[in-house]
Amino acid sequence: MYSGLTAEETVIAGHGGDEINAYVARPHGSGPFPGVVVIHHMPGWDEATTEIANRFAAHGYSAILPNLHFRDAPGASPDDAAAASRAAGGVPDDRLVGDVAGAAAYLRSLSDSNGKIGVIGYCSGGRQAFLSACSLELDAAVDCYGAFVVGTPPEGMNMRPILHLAENLHCPLLGLFGLDDQHPSPEEVDELENELKRLAKPYEFHRYEGAGHAFFNTTRDSFRPAAAADGWQRIFAFFGRHLAA
Amino acid sequence: MCSYLTSATALEGSGKGASGWFSLTSAMAYFDHPYHSSAEHTLNIDFLNENEGPSARVAVELTADSARALLRCIEEALAAAGTAAAPSGSYEDCHPRPRS
Repeated sequence: MYSGLTAEETVIAGHGGDEINAYVARPHGSGPFPGVVVIHHMPGWDEATTEIANRFAAHGYSAILPNLHFRDAPGASPDDAAAASRAAGGVPDDRLVGDVAGAAAYLRSLSDSNGKIGVIGYCSGGRQAFLSACSLELDAAVDCYGAFVVGTPPEGMNMRPILHLAENLHCPLLGLFGLDDQHPSPEEVDELENELKRLAKPYEFHRYEGAGHAFFNTTRDSFRPAAAADGWQRIFAFFGRHLAA
Repeated sequence: MCSYLTSATALEGSGKGASGWFSLTSAMAYFDHPYHSSAEHTLNIDFLNENEGPSARVAVELTADSARALLRCIEEALAAAGTAAAPSGSYEDCHPRPRS
């Protein structure tokens, strides 16, 4: 644990050079520090997710949380922006990849960066972390119960099937899933794992009994302390192995 | 669960949001993660005026049982009003939101 951190809102260049806002949390000290792009869940750029960024900073990572809904409602509160994004069909996949690329570039540009960048996402962000890792040059990716990595997203959303992109996975993938979850279901997690095996991609999956969707989320009834505690240990061990200079 | 499923309808009426009353043009309903409720999933309704921006929104997050109870209340209230609340035939059925 580091003795201190600094966190603030900033502006970064996202997809297509668009300016979007982002929350950045950085550890005190001289570094060099690896970076982590944190992808928020569909309900938005919320306090619970900023606390995740703070946690990474407290463990010696520069973390950035881009506001993926910024363009849908500039200046609006995060909950209104999330609703506007949903009403517009959700975050388009190409825009997501561009925004994560911009966030990763921001982290690499920091004077105390060690040049290594990981990505982590929760819920819809789990799918987006996988998509990012299949689309960008990153060093490690964590998918926390991302739905529709396997299968076809519902009509009306700005998302496309992405399992076939697994052959482009550029980095090791850590997957953390609840066995009581239905999106993704245990069968869908198995299908993803089988595809990664077939392609000989480096991955590490952990499945938790008695846990469903969003078991990391301390603000929800779905929070499962034992699964979350083990999951955080897995995350820091994984990033520690793959993001060290 | 991330269902992503959203149903939408045009509607007429008024709602009171953070900055006061405004006219409503539509509503979105979805059973998915809430923003505020501690429940893992809730039936969420956004009453909107899309012409006045994303902050023209009245939001509710209801448990599934609460949403069904509310439906019954609405139906009872409309039935009790008799002909005064008879369907005009001009409303649009709820539908999955079209791909943008």
